[in-house]
Amino acid sequence: MATTKLGFVVQRPGYKSENPKLALTHAIASQSVEIYLQDGDLVTADIAFIGDGVLNCIKGQKAVENYDLNSTESHIKMALLLDLNVLVCKEDLDRYGLSESDIVIDAPEFGADMEVKVVPYSEITQMMEEMNHLLFF
Amino acid sequence: MGKLTIGCFASLVGSTNLDFAVKLSAAAMEKGHKVDLWVSGNGTMISLKDQRAFKDYSSLEKPLKELMAKGLNVTACEACAESRGYHADHTLEGVKRFSMDWYLGSTFDADRVLHIGGE
Repeated sequence: MATTKLGFVVQRPGYKSENPKLALTHAIASQSVEIYLQDGDLVTADIAFIGDGVLNCIKGQKAVENYDLNSTESHIKMALLLDLNVLVCKEDLDRYGLSESDIVIDAPEFGADMEVKVVPYSEITQMMEEMNHLLFF
Repeated sequence: MGKLTIGCFASLVGSTNLDFAVKLSAAAMEKGHKVDLWVSGNGTMISLKDQRAFKDYSSLEKPLKELMAKGLNVTACEACAESRGYHADHTLEGVKRFSMDWYLGSTFDADRVLHIGGE
């Protein structure tokens, strides 16, 4: 039995490119990876939003209304439902004048118990050090 | 010898990131390493067959075929390909198509993972 830890680091704003959404969909795919592994082996996914990437977390996104697309917000909520660890950099939120009240924190309507954690960058670097591999989006 | 998993999300035309990923795959295989190449997002463009080579645009069908013949394992994200109209019958022979969990599965026993994001 072994576990490979992947850290998904999102640095780019949403909708300008496909990267943030692909980060989330690939991280969510950790929930079905077992079909490629031996019994007991795991691949886990932690997600961190840093830099301009914190803009992906703004709540109230109208992607369905404007583009008929699932929003990045809904993907973050799905990640919470699947108990993925989602971190958002506090310093970068501050840089944009944003606070916890401006971003997705929880997803009770999805039945999620997990919450987004707004943390100092030092905690994100600590998370990154604990990972086996980092994937930057 | 080790295993390298490369994920590339950049398009075939518009950047040279896929060119780099293929050249790196070749270099790693030359040294005896196993290489898995995952293409997702716009990167799935490399999975199309019948690419016409012009000098002003990247065309990787020929080197990709040569590397696959030597054991390069190439898989394209099926949903990303389908969303772009790249259907199974457009796919280069030898390129597999799976969902995103294939990439994560490949990282499990990889010695190194090199992730090259999209544009």
